[in-house]
Amino acid sequence: MIQAINEAMRQEMERDERVIVLGEDVGKNGGVFRATDGLLEQFGDCRVFDTPLAESGIIGTSIGLAVNGFRPIAEIQFLGFVYQAMDQLAAQAARLRFRSAGRFTCPIVVRSPYGGGVRTPELHSDALEALFAHSPGLKIVMPSNAFDAKGLLITAIRDEDPVLFLEPMKLYRALRMEVPNEPYEIPLGKARIVKEGEDVTIISWGATVPLVAKLAEEMTTQGIDAEVIDLRSLQPLDIDAIVRSVEKTGRVMIVHEAVKTNGFGAEIAALISERALFSLSAPIVRVTGYDTPYPVPSVEDEWLPNAARIVEGVQTLMRY
Amino acid sequence: MESQFPIIQIMNEQGCIVRSEYREQITKELVMTMYRHLIRTRMFDRKCISLQRQGRIGTYVPYEGQEACQVGSALALRDGDWMFPTYRDHGAMMTFGRSLTQTLLYWKGRTEGCIPPEGRKIVPPSVPIATQIPHAAGTAYAEKRKGTKNAVIVYFGDGATSEGDFHEGLNFASVFNVPVVFFNQNNQYAISVPITRQMKSKTIAQKAMAYDIPGIRIDGNDIFVVYFETQQALERARNGRGPTLIEAVTWRYGAHTTSDDPSKYRDQEESKRRRETADPIKRMERFMQQEGWWDEKWANQVQEEASVEIEQAVAEMERYPKANPADMFDYVFAQPTWTIAEQKNAYFQWKRGIEG
Repeated sequence: MIQAINEAMRQEMERDERVIVLGEDVGKNGGVFRATDGLLEQFGDCRVFDTPLAESGIIGTSIGLAVNGFRPIAEIQFLGFVYQAMDQLAAQAARLRFRSAGRFTCPIVVRSPYGGGVRTPELHSDALEALFAHSPGLKIVMPSNAFDAKGLLITAIRDEDPVLFLEPMKLYRALRMEVPNEPYEIPLGKARIVKEGEDVTIISWGATVPLVAKLAEEMTTQGIDAEVIDLRSLQPLDIDAIVRSVEKTGRVMIVHEAVKTNGFGAEIAALISERALFSLSAPIVRVTGYDTPYPVPSVEDEWLPNAARIVEGVQTLMRY
Repeated sequence: MESQFPIIQIMNEQGCIVRSEYREQITKELVMTMYRHLIRTRMFDRKCISLQRQGRIGTYVPYEGQEACQVGSALALRDGDWMFPTYRDHGAMMTFGRSLTQTLLYWKGRTEGCIPPEGRKIVPPSVPIATQIPHAAGTAYAEKRKGTKNAVIVYFGDGATSEGDFHEGLNFASVFNVPVVFFNQNNQYAISVPITRQMKSKTIAQKAMAYDIPGIRIDGNDIFVVYFETQQALERARNGRGPTLIEAVTWRYGAHTTSDDPSKYRDQEESKRRRETADPIKRMERFMQQEGWWDEKWANQVQEEASVEIEQAVAEMERYPKANPADMFDYVFAQPTWTIAEQKNAYFQWKRGIEG
């Protein structure tokens, strides 16, 4: 996935001179995960540059660059550090078009690694998508594989509005996958049906999708035919894919890494109750992180939505 | 530090030029332009307070006392320059080309009030404190990358210098050496909190030292020093010599907004005293009298013209059709997402239903 992300940025920078990359350690170091590796060498320090270590300053400066004609791709080194840029994202970037009735716009992409399971120090693993889904004016994209990451990032860079592009760090080097060499777009707001099924709908995004997909395959041997939906983006959200699937299966599980209460799963559950309540034959099950701060590495596997909790959730649903 | 950053004047409180090297640049034409803007800016502010009291506009943020800062600095700009104002800088915005009507519409709570005239690069005023400072650094960086001679001015008050974004903005701008002027209006109060609680430093200008950029402390009620120092800072910016921090020391006579009562937190005698001794407009009038440029008839005419312009703007504001509730829904994204489209549609259907 990390290669696909790198390639998407490289190809967009080749295509459009306005695209620039900035952040901490994105230049010489090529990013702490090597996402921007080689970009400085290819495009020079006018277009790829390290900034002072200040998240609010990185996003604030990116807004100023975007207002004045550039298309910045800003990196926040870990999503847990984005709190320091919260105002610039949620109150500034997100509202500029609205506040000026379209006179000023803010086409920036904020890339940030997130997610657990890699034994990071504190505050490196938080999944904070719901905070931003609650901030009008931001798009939120969360790829789960290399192919999607490339196509979605290209679309995000070409988008006219601010996009948060959240990369599951556990998946950066997890799975090898063929990715086309040429640039391609995947539209935002179009979910991917990872596996079709009749019995139960499992909705997930980003970091948890590969685990859910694997478990769904395994469940077929026990006679459970699960449908797996990878949302790919939360804002915009592919509600049609969700409703279609729920109408077919009548059973829903939502899996995300973020804490449960007020997580994005709650919004999905509410939407299903508004649009497909009478298709449900069982209460919606959410398998998520607990309502506690992301824990220390020695217990994080228990905190994360893991295989055992997902399987148990599906079995509960199947009893209805 | 105060001795290292003395308050610079070109014209003292009595209206005398104290730096003769500027004598020739202070032409009658320039002075008349400045005076016209000062009068228009002050009269507009007073009119707005009266409109607010009558319920014809919403909460209003007055700037009376700070006119020299705003007019002087805005007159130093060129057409292609950028302005990043705060909610108290409509004096500067109007001097730089935002119409009086648009300004009134802003205080009336209309979307139209945030849209600058075509081609004018005036960004909507920042409402939270200091958030616009990193934006200005980024926009200035873009001008540098494009290789233009355009510069950026960003306004903020004394309270803003306590915010992280102030320091992040100055740091970014100085590291990248970009064409921006950080224009601070130190009116010595952040709502009710005096500057001594805001910072231990005796001046704001000295904070420039930390970023290795010029820091200049000026008398913000002397329009000449505001104008020439801003112009020089902008020139440095245009010529690749990076950012400047200007601290313009001034005073707001009135309230923070029409919703607060300053007598609760400070002695109003101070404002009275300053009106007598340090008012930016009186000072200009003293100067003109000493020069023999004062003409009562002309001054009356300036007031009359401003009054007509303001009344016309008020009438125009009040003739505006009722705000369209579509303003709640539009311009969030280039293309509305389905939730917004659906909510907008449902709202208008419901509205048509109840209105028969």
